[in-house]
Amino acid sequence: MKLTLVTGLTGLVLLVTIIELLRRRQLREKYGMLWLAVLLIVIPLSLFPRLLDNVAGFFGVVSGVSLVLFLGIVFLLLVCVHLSWEVSALEEETRTLAEDFALLRAEIDAERAARDELVSRDG
Amino acid sequence: MVNNKRVLIIIPALNEAGSIAEVVGEVRGELPGVDVLVVDDGSSDRTAAVAAAAGARVAKLPYNLGVGGAMRLGYRFARDHDYDVAIQIDADGQHDPRYVPKLVDLLDDNDLVIGARFAGEGDYQARGPRRWAMVMLSAVLSRVARTKLTDTTSGFRAANRRVIEMFAGWYPVEYLGDTVETLVHTARRGYRIRQVPVAMRKRMAGTPSHSPVKAMIYLGRAFAVLTLALIRR
Repeated sequence: MKLTLVTGLTGLVLLVTIIELLRRRQLREKYGMLWLAVLLIVIPLSLFPRLLDNVAGFFGVVSGVSLVLFLGIVFLLLVCVHLSWEVSALEEETRTLAEDFALLRAEIDAERAARDELVSRDG
Repeated sequence: MVNNKRVLIIIPALNEAGSIAEVVGEVRGELPGVDVLVVDDGSSDRTAAVAAAAGARVAKLPYNLGVGGAMRLGYRFARDHDYDVAIQIDADGQHDPRYVPKLVDLLDDNDLVIGARFAGEGDYQARGPRRWAMVMLSAVLSRVARTKLTDTTSGFRAANRRVIEMFAGWYPVEYLGDTVETLVHTARRGYRIRQVPVAMRKRMAGTPSHSPVKAMIYLGRAFAVLTLALIRR
């Protein structure tokens, strides 16, 4: 009973955290929705850990809890890979921005130099 | 103008305030009528100011991107300003600009020309793992490019309009990607690559590393980059 209380409370705290982050617009919806969906699965399981025993039996896993642990690790790995992928895309975007910025600055410098030359010739 | 072609010299530079003025000055002295673009790759010293004072056009990146990032910027500049030829030269003064007309000449029949040490001229020699890496790279890349390539990591290369156009849109920023992966990519798309022997000079500033551990790491990374480049599309 104590264990159920601990796991159930943890799930609730996580749920509140995600909702609060979404409410303050600190988290993009696409990520927030993902974690909310995960919590909607996790919280019932934290209250009734035996829920998945039948499914586990079907896959040849003795205990439903083990199955949840296994799926959880796989899921977290996938999330990490996804984040690396997102970071790679972000780096490519900032790289392009940095290049655009440097090109623009070079253009401005060139134009300013040309104008200064013109002014000094006229003056 | 070199042989009636508009030529842009691209010099990627990171903290090279000590040598960049001399390199720019030499290029402008040896090759009148050629434009020089120094790409300051987020230097913390006065590289950009010194280069501009020496008469180069300067594009200053807001932070360090690596040689690949600096070079794509250079190729984008070359494409936007309608240059016929873009030539990459190192900022440390090891490349002799007097070879540039030779590289430009060879672009008549080739798309990418590489100035290579170990090809008969000069006296540069590498040993140990660094040498194994070079042997492996040149063996594989020579096959892929169907031409003899001995110095695949050379930063002295000339590109014609077709290759400028390609590099302006695609140029890897990863370690060794700017040399090894671009060669694989270019060769696979049917462009003709050719190397010419050039003598390399001692660097005007800075020293190459000689640590054996670093050399081994270099070998490993070169192998990984090459393998990835070959399985990529």
